[in-house]
Parts: sequence; structure tokens; C-alpha cells
Amino acid sequence: MVDTLFLGIAVLTIVSAIAALEMRSLIYGGLALMGTLGGIAGFFILLDSPFVALFQIAVYVGSIAVLILFVIMLVKRELIFQKKEDPKRRYAGIGLMLIIMISLGAVIFNSGISSITTDEPSVDYREIGKDFLTYYWPALVVMALVLSSSITGALVLARRHDGVEDEQRTD
Amino acid sequence: MSNELIDFVIVSVALLAIGIYGLSVKRNFIRMLFAVEIIINAANLNLVAFARFLPHSGGQTFALFSIAIAAAEVAVGLALIIVAYRMYQNIDVADFRSLKG
Repeated sequence: MVDTLFLGIAVLTIVSAIAALEMRSLIYGGLALMGTLGGIAGFFILLDSPFVALFQIAVYVGSIAVLILFVIMLVKRELIFQKKEDPKRRYAGIGLMLIIMISLGAVIFNSGISSITTDEPSVDYREIGKDFLTYYWPALVVMALVLSSSITGALVLARRHDGVEDEQRTD
Repeated sequence: MSNELIDFVIVSVALLAIGIYGLSVKRNFIRMLFAVEIIINAANLNLVAFARFLPHSGGQTFALFSIAIAAAEVAVGLALIIVAYRMYQNIDVADFRSLKG
């Protein structure tokens, strides 16, 4: 049996996910995406995982959503409101969505998942920290390398190649 | 705990289906990135839900790794959007025909 808090967060998450994709303005879409990400953080708190929820808020709601909003503001005004899509493709997409929902939902309802319940306490975040520094330390090092190389890659990609700034500097 | 595992999994399936709809219908690069974010979040919700109900720390650890990698992915994706916008003055993926430098 679900409680009202779960129901509220679920409605917020799903409605704002649809709004993020269907809003006419990309800026409002980005704000709706923030709602979805915040709703997922709420689910993490309901699942007794406050550490992951905090990480989700700091990384997703705090930085990724803001980064996306800044990139939206960098593009032309008419592109933000432009909405070109093929109606046939749209109906096919809605059909695909319903097929996935119904088939995966049927598989899940018929599987043994519904009988899984737990009375055990949730995992302590101290245990997660210990795992990170003992069992998963090679993965942590690789993740640090991936993050720094992706930042370098992003900087190299977004650099200007036409030398406009150099010319301005010589003037 | 009044919520069951299946409730969280159903929400996750709904988010996955919405994300796949967006990825297949939308032609706007930034909206496709939104759809990818929604799908990644559905996966993270699944990981944390299963970690709670089969008490094991592996799911939460993996979700943390996944969030960090998603941050890297978004940084590169947004840089690609800026490069493509500079090249084509547009963010419609149907216009990105050429991969020439």
C-alpha cells in the first residue's frame, strides 16, 4: 500500500518529466526537468538513502540543471521556442511508449517482485564510505580520471578555432 | 515501511518509457539530452530501490558512480551542442548531416 507522500512525489516526477519534453519553451522545459530530478531525490529519501539523495541534489539539481539552463540561454531565441516534429513520428513514439509501459509493467507484475518486503534496517552511509575506500578504490580512481578527461574534452571541444579573441587582443 | 519495491519499479518503468518516447520523437538536441537524463534517473531509482529492499550497499554505491559519470556525460554533451550550434546555427539534429571538421 502506498502512502500519500509517495503518490505526491510520483505525480510530481512523472508530470514534470512529461512537461520537460512537451513544454513549448526550452527554458520552462529545463525548469520542469529540475522538478523531475528533485522528485527522484525525494524517492531516494523515501528509500532511506539520504546520502544518495544529497548527492543527487548537489550534482543534478544544483549543477547539471543549471548548466543546461545556461546552454539554453546561449542559443538563439527563435530556436528555444521552435518545435518541429513529424505528427506520424509522434503517434509512433506514443505507441512505443505505451507498448514499453504495458509490456514491462506486465512482466514486473507477474514476476516475484511484488512479494519482496523487508524489515531490515537500511544500509548505513558509513558502510558506503568504507566500501568506496576499500573494495571500490580502483573504480574511484578510474572515475576521477574519467571526470577530469571529460572536462578536458569538453573544454577542447567548446574552444573557439577562428582566433577571434587573438585578433581582438592585438588591436 | 509502507511502500513496496514494486511501486518504485513501476515509477521507474514509467520514466523509462517517457524517456524513450522523447528520444525517438524529439529532434531538438537539448530535448534529447533531457530524455537521456530522465532515462538515467529511472535507472538510478531502480538501483537504489533494489539496494533498499535486498539490504546491500552495492546498489547505492553503484548509483553514486552512475550520478558522477552522468555529470561527465552531460558536460561533453553540452560542449557538443555548443560546437554543433556554432557550425550549423541550429540545434535540430536533422540538420547535422555532415561530420566534417
